Amino acid sequence: MSSINLTLKIWRQQNSDALGQLETYTLDAIHTDMSFLEMLDVLNEKLTKEGQDPVAFDHDCREGICGMCGAIIDGVAHGPEKEVTLCQLHMRHFKDGDTIVIEPFRSRAYPVKRDLLIDRSALDRIIQSGGYVSVNTGGTVDGNSIPIPSQQSELAMDAAACIGCGACVASCPNGAAMLFTSAKVSQLALLPQGQVERKQRALAMVEQMDKEGFGNCTNAKECEAVCPKGISIRNIARLNKEYLFAAMTEG
Amino acid sequence: MELNARVPAGPLEKKWDNHRFSNKLVNPANRRKYSAIVVGTGLAGASAAATLSEQGYQVKSFCIQDSPRRAHSIAAQGGINAAKNYQNDGDSVFRLFYDTIKGGDFRSREANVYRLAQVSTEIIDQCVAQGVPFAREYGGTLANRSFGGAQVSRTFYARGQTGQQLLLGAYGALSRQIHAGGVEMFTRREMMDVVVVDGRARGITTRNIMTGEIESHVADVVILATGGYGNVYFLSTNAMASNVTAAWRAHKKGAGFANPSFVQIHPTCIPVHGDYQSKLTLMSESLRNDGRVWVPKKQGDKRLPADIPEDERDYYLENKYPSFGNLVPRDVASRNAKEQCDLGKGVGNTQLAVYLDFAEAINRDGEAAIFKKYGNLFQMYEKITDSNPMKEPMMIYPAVHYTMGGLWVDYDLMTNIPGLFAIGECNFSDHGANRLGASALMQGLADGYFVIATSIAHYLGTNKLEKVSEHEQDFIDSRRVVEDRIAKLLKNSAGGPAGKFTVDEIHKELGKLMWDNCGMARNKEDLEKALKELPAIKQKFWDYVYIPGDTKEINQSLERAGRLADFLEFAEIMIRDALTRGESCGCHLREESQTEDNEAKRDDENYSHVSVWEYAGQQEEPKLHIEPLSFENVTPSQRSYK
Repeated sequence: MSSINLTLKIWRQQNSDALGQLETYTLDAIHTDMSFLEMLDVLNEKLTKEGQDPVAFDHDCREGICGMCGAIIDGVAHGPEKEVTLCQLHMRHFKDGDTIVIEPFRSRAYPVKRDLLIDRSALDRIIQSGGYVSVNTGGTVDGNSIPIPSQQSELAMDAAACIGCGACVASCPNGAAMLFTSAKVSQLALLPQGQVERKQRALAMVEQMDKEGFGNCTNAKECEAVCPKGISIRNIARLNKEYLFAAMTEG
Repeated sequence: MELNARVPAGPLEKKWDNHRFSNKLVNPANRRKYSAIVVGTGLAGASAAATLSEQGYQVKSFCIQDSPRRAHSIAAQGGINAAKNYQNDGDSVFRLFYDTIKGGDFRSREANVYRLAQVSTEIIDQCVAQGVPFAREYGGTLANRSFGGAQVSRTFYARGQTGQQLLLGAYGALSRQIHAGGVEMFTRREMMDVVVVDGRARGITTRNIMTGEIESHVADVVILATGGYGNVYFLSTNAMASNVTAAWRAHKKGAGFANPSFVQIHPTCIPVHGDYQSKLTLMSESLRNDGRVWVPKKQGDKRLPADIPEDERDYYLENKYPSFGNLVPRDVASRNAKEQCDLGKGVGNTQLAVYLDFAEAINRDGEAAIFKKYGNLFQMYEKITDSNPMKEPMMIYPAVHYTMGGLWVDYDLMTNIPGLFAIGECNFSDHGANRLGASALMQGLADGYFVIATSIAHYLGTNKLEKVSEHEQDFIDSRRVVEDRIAKLLKNSAGGPAGKFTVDEIHKELGKLMWDNCGMARNKEDLEKALKELPAIKQKFWDYVYIPGDTKEINQSLERAGRLADFLEFAEIMIRDALTRGESCGCHLREESQTEDNEAKRDDENYSHVSVWEYAGQQEEPKLHIEPLSFENVTPSQRSYK
């Protein structure tokens, strides 16, 4: 185990109405086995002991699955490692003497609430507009009476793996939520259970996405590059197809 | 305190049907006149809120995170049990019931556990209908695997992300109801108190985490689905925000707390690597299906695992428990790992780890097959430890994972405060002294989708509730108590941090006290010592904790301080509970109660009961009550996995 010294430039902003700015902090003897958030914990303990305000950031499971954490690290959502959330990024990927710039996920649809903590509730509202199969509890058929080819189920699972962290939006030059939306639309379009509401779902979710102020996809592919779960932009192609088909036949 | 479990009459397999028939109903047109508060949006909370709203009740749902999709159920990896017997390998409702009650070491209620096994099959159907992408066989049918401690394949799974997929299913159902207007969703709210009016739970007091606002919410029933209290140990596999506050505040308002010392220590976690560590990461125990657990035979053997020849390795689980081998229940696996490390045979830097080796499985089934099963777990492990389990054995060590104890509830999942219900990990009801793998997801969804609505209808159908409002004295008092407590938390902070302690520093101290004295193996002497040392930590917290910032803004230090204050109070009944239970059972070994070959010895004569604690006041000792357990359908046997 080795340790490194770091300079951090962190976005500090008191609340949504305040102006923010980057503040510089130094941290010494950071163990390289630490996770990025543990490094921020160490900084916050230090700031607290010095009588300064600790940095506010969202986090919960710290296992890369709840989707609550995330920040822009040196310009990249969730940092330099492929397919990890910020909580699963470890300090062994940084070098002694590095300066690390840490900013919140930024997008028109994500107001900054404090420091690195943002409001991503727009993503919830996209799901609320139709990202489900409308079945009530009870009275469903036996699980095995809906056979699904293994490959198909695996494809649906690839899309369903989305954790809703919103890094895709923060990385998109257009601030689009297409990868997020397409993951849910794809999962359900690929499964027999999703067929009944297939068209209506694609239309409603895209409409909500637009209403929230998210942009449109121009195939910059930044979303796929930063997605901690490796969600493919093929899902966006699928969403476009689903939307087009629905709009032509229903709209 | 009256502890009437209200278990329905009749033979075991008829109890649930009889109960549903004899329970009162609320007719569909009247349901919209009733409101329910559901706190927590994990599997239990989200499924309950969605189901009650579908049935027509007005629901208010609360979560502490920024979105209901983030609750810690999402992190469950391995799977969900159900008595479908799709594999035709001898499973049945009775067998799942038996395994669960036996796995819980005969410390749970027969009727509740049987109902859980009964509704397990409906859960799978429900989740499939929602579009949960369970693993499938090539013919398109649902795949199953066998899971820690079970001799049948009854576990359904979605890669290593079963909890995530089930939670997103429930979140979908909840989102649909939010969209339809049946559920009003409150995110980033922390429940600070239950409001009891005329002896009935009629609302809650919350703190808005974004603004610091103290708010009142009124309803006809309050359902707590606020999870477990594993974070009392500071380090656990729980999410950072998981806490005991909601359950503890309910307890202080009169709800009994059952079996608080029943804590599950999960055997397959990534070992601790430094004192900056913030949480422990679980590796699904499905890994034990193909991984072999071993340590070097020689003490202090520092060679790399690959350099240790086969005959110098001790596959201690296989040797000691030939019929179950690496699949012994969690407590047995955990205790044996600790035992090996205590003997000086632990591996890795800290020597607090054992190997979990996939070499033989890779030889047998090929790299591709093993990677398909465990790929995402291996990747997660590699990201954290920088070591690839396909190339060298994993290192694992036990960690606090699940709490079987919780609020005492009757058969209807109602606490002893009328109108206050507890579901999921938050209650004590189904897992006795130890929970089987893949049963937490089952219980959460059973309670939320299939049990709670029946209970709510009966409660509302049999009680006449007066209208109440947040302007009533009980609500005003509750808000005042919450505000006073926050002011008290902040009282030391005006003078700056000099000579003070941070919240985490004190939490780590509490965690160490609990892990050392109230962990896997316990004895009277250490427990009494812990009970004596606890008040000093509590005092230190109230006199010297430093919390930066203000109350009317986002203040994450203040949030953590509030939770720690409750953990510090709660720890006392945990230790007392462990102290009064003089037997080894389920997850924990009581050192004074062992067999000749050092296995746990249960004592049915003296401890075949649920221990329920009653809050008696700030300066008073808590009171212990007992709900005796009787077994009419199974004969408690001494567990043996040899």
